[in-house]
Amino acid sequence: MSKPVKDQPAIGDRIVHKVFPSISRHTLALYCGASGDHNPIHVDLDFAKAAGYPDVFTHGMLVMGYLGQALTDAVPPPRLRVFSTRFVAITQLGARLTCEGHVSEFVEHDGERCAKLALTTKDENGDLKLAGEAVIAL
Amino acid sequence: MIDPSLIGRSLSPVTAHVEPGRLRYFRETLGETNPVYGDAKAAQAAGYAATPVPPTYLFCLEMMDAEQAFEFITVIGVDIGRLLHGEQRFAYRAPVVVGDTLLFQPRIVSVADKKGGAMTLVGIETKVTNQNGTHVADVSRTVVVLNPRTA
Repeated sequence: MSKPVKDQPAIGDRIVHKVFPSISRHTLALYCGASGDHNPIHVDLDFAKAAGYPDVFTHGMLVMGYLGQALTDAVPPPRLRVFSTRFVAITQLGARLTCEGHVSEFVEHDGERCAKLALTTKDENGDLKLAGEAVIAL
Repeated sequence: MIDPSLIGRSLSPVTAHVEPGRLRYFRETLGETNPVYGDAKAAQAAGYAATPVPPTYLFCLEMMDAEQAFEFITVIGVDIGRLLHGEQRFAYRAPVVVGDTLLFQPRIVSVADKKGGAMTLVGIETKVTNQNGTHVADVSRTVVVLNPRTA
């Protein structure tokens, strides 16, 4: 099995950090097919405008997918127990996202010693898009 | 307004297959290059029987293989253009790898009006088991329905 992230992570340590390229219309079209989420609001400008939005916008689950990628770049996937997020704000086209995770506390989860990570995804203006949490086995 | 008596209602179960080609398309779309997801040897070195799925892919599998990807929208009776994703949670209990066949069993667990009825939050929880009957994950989401203004 995989080794722990680090022998003794400390509260406040930033163990997740990754920056992603800007989100294009092409990315949204690809994600529509790759994810099975065919909601037209993410790819069809006419539909998005009729629903009251100025343009199409990013699938929340694409943004969570990037956050998950940043997370398992740092934490071996077999150690991931819980991954959750709140979608705080719509992520616009062209956003360049930065995903981060800091150790927030140590907890027992189903009898295992785990660390909790506080996760964020922000755009290039520093605006918060996702606020999440992960529980990882130590 | 959404009928609160829908709480407890089961949605149609979905059987989904973890297919390598669809999974590769997902990885390429996200620029996922971690070898644990794409290289069987790296996956085995990490303790997996085959390459595992990335952390959010369970959400996709359920939608891709559902007969109606947006069944819950029909059940709650709203227009798809009025939906936003509010929250998403995955609790992982056992590995999910290429070649698995998964059973998703979703049900509506909450319906709650917020902001004086301007929006309604609908909670859906899904138990996921594999071809051996192993409970591999619990997936839950909160959908935000933006309600039309009443004059």
